[in-house]
Amino acid sequence: MEKRVTFGRWTIGILFAVPQLFLIFTFFYWPAGQAVYWSLTLQQPWGGGNIWVGLDNFRSILSNADYWNSITASMIFAGISTGLAMLIALVLAALTDRQLAGSWLYRVVLIWPYGIAAPALALAFRFILAPEAGFMAVVNRVWPGFWDPGLDGADAMASIIIAFSWKYVGYNFIFFLAAFQAIPRSLIEAAAMDGSGVIRRFLDIQFPLITPTIFFLLVINITESFQDSFGIVDIMTAGGPANATNLMVYKIYSDGFKGLDYSGAAAQSIILMLLIIALTIVQFRFIERRVHYR
Amino acid sequence: MTIIKRGFAALAAGALTTALAVPAFAEPVKFDFWFGLSGDLARVVDTLCKNFNDSQKDYEVVCTSQGNYDATLQNTIAAFRAGKQPTVVQVYDVGTATMMLSGAYKPADKLMEENGYKIDYSDYFPGIARYYATSKGEMLSFPFNSSTPLMYWNKDAFAKIGKTEAPKTWEDVGADLKALKDAGYECPMAINISANESWQLMEQFSALHNQPIATKNNGYDGLDARLEVNKTKFVQYVTDLKKWYDAGLIKIKSKDLGQDMVQAFATGTCQVILTSVGDHGTIGRTQKEGMNWDVTELPVYAGTERKNSLVGGASLWVLSGKSDAEYKGAAAFLNFIHDPKTALFWSTNTGYIPVTKSGFDYMKSQGFYDKAPYKGREVAIASLTASEPTEITRGVRLGNFTQIRAEFGTQMQAIFANKVSVQEGLDTLVKNGDAILERFQQTYPGKTLP
Repeated sequence: MEKRVTFGRWTIGILFAVPQLFLIFTFFYWPAGQAVYWSLTLQQPWGGGNIWVGLDNFRSILSNADYWNSITASMIFAGISTGLAMLIALVLAALTDRQLAGSWLYRVVLIWPYGIAAPALALAFRFILAPEAGFMAVVNRVWPGFWDPGLDGADAMASIIIAFSWKYVGYNFIFFLAAFQAIPRSLIEAAAMDGSGVIRRFLDIQFPLITPTIFFLLVINITESFQDSFGIVDIMTAGGPANATNLMVYKIYSDGFKGLDYSGAAAQSIILMLLIIALTIVQFRFIERRVHYR
Repeated sequence: MTIIKRGFAALAAGALTTALAVPAFAEPVKFDFWFGLSGDLARVVDTLCKNFNDSQKDYEVVCTSQGNYDATLQNTIAAFRAGKQPTVVQVYDVGTATMMLSGAYKPADKLMEENGYKIDYSDYFPGIARYYATSKGEMLSFPFNSSTPLMYWNKDAFAKIGKTEAPKTWEDVGADLKALKDAGYECPMAINISANESWQLMEQFSALHNQPIATKNNGYDGLDARLEVNKTKFVQYVTDLKKWYDAGLIKIKSKDLGQDMVQAFATGTCQVILTSVGDHGTIGRTQKEGMNWDVTELPVYAGTERKNSLVGGASLWVLSGKSDAEYKGAAAFLNFIHDPKTALFWSTNTGYIPVTKSGFDYMKSQGFYDKAPYKGREVAIASLTASEPTEITRGVRLGNFTQIRAEFGTQMQAIFANKVSVQEGLDTLVKNGDAILERFQQTYPGKTLP
């Protein structure tokens, strides 16, 4: 017996899909199409007209050293912040799952950071990491000149990575904890009776069983680190010093909205979109093979 | 009973209709004014708008803060593309070139003429008027909030090194900073090197020394202007600043680091800063108890014939595509702002300077500059009017100048972090800045600045 719901005519199915398709078209395909069109023209900001320039925008962007610097910075940011956010969340979730004293408290508290808006979070971290007034001032008093995000690009990059990771630890934590709790207790208990310790149980039983979650979070974290970093960069470093934290998404904003170079910004966002698509394909193609779905 | 009731109702209704039919006041014509100031300054603008609305019955201006200058321009462009633009908008100084090429404005001088207002344009301080005027001298927009930078110096600290006068030349500044350092001051002078400081460090320095920032008279004479700050006196200036920074005579202060330079000066941490006259009020309100300080014109190198400094701030543009009634209102509003009494109100409540000679004279006659909190602000007028503007001290009219300022910040940071030498950094600034200018020129093919 056919269990699926089927429609007598395909038109009814299409009709049901229309509202959704309409939304996707209005809010995704249409603007994306506009961006593609803009990227192939030179747009006057006030709408006075435009000139078709073909791939010139892409050529000038890709021949610009600053843009490659921006891609490198984005890659470094994505790699380190994803690694940090996932690793810390994994450890915290594993500990919470072990029902250590007070784990009920962590379970609630650790979710909060994700609920904080990026600019608010960035303001808080700007204060915490300020070399003259905040927490780092204490460190600087012991080692003068140790921490200087105002001039040292590496320090500035570290600041935004810390802020971004801190936010995503909370997000990752929810998923990891849910994944751990979905593992049948009997498996862990059986392993414990066989004499395996905490670390061994983690490596041989829990870790392989949560690989689907790890993979999901990897994709999400990398994608978000390219897109959601904007608020943090804007408040904490504004892309400086000397372009050290000028991530791709921030450069799109500053070129497009501050510089009124709509065409260049459109071309950059097309490149960013292609890059994220490529990264996601790579992840599905090569990493997903090692994921065991139950 | 019912008949009587109905009669009353009819009477009442009749009275009401008559009242509506013969309105005592016509509904005032509403028009929008978008501005880019926030916080305290936004409240002053709101009061200004209220004063205008109370001063007459025909028009009502609706004033909306857009947060900052960048956002105001961005939002106005978006609104214009959607046909929902405000009638009057405040555009910052460096947005002038973009506005002139937009084709989206109604020339302010024409607007005033059409609506029967006589504005004496020679009443504007030339340094202010020329910044916003076309190369032929027409006023497309009206100067609004205006400022210029000054050197703020701590008299107590200078007294310790036996000085009662502020240094006039950069050579003296160097010697004084050294003396302050030797006298035990941790931070003789504070600067910041972000995009914003392009204004006092590059643009004003170049104007005072009559040095060009770009060819074609700083862009006034054509869109094919290109930067040339890598071969003017500015190179020596950056070299000196870097030298003093390396010697610990200058500290970098910014909000990101915990304390901006205005706070650093007001708390007595740093002894010298270069910032806008607009900060005069803030420092007065937030200074350390009993600290003695004063302002003076920005120094120049010895042997320089000092020129006028540039005006900073914003002007008011009237956008195209509005009704005649709204334009009448806009003209009345601009005329109200032009009034010397408004100048006094505006300058008293903000740190901005009056833009017209009559406004300045009126304020002087009211004794504005004689008393403590405002004393010293007249130095800004002296600085702006130090000379008749030359071809290159009129101002800077370059496309996408916001991005060039950002590039200035980037390269200064690279220089101060020892990543590149002064000359290399400024060469890169010129190279990247020229790419921005070239792109701007390509975006407006066949167009020329008015």
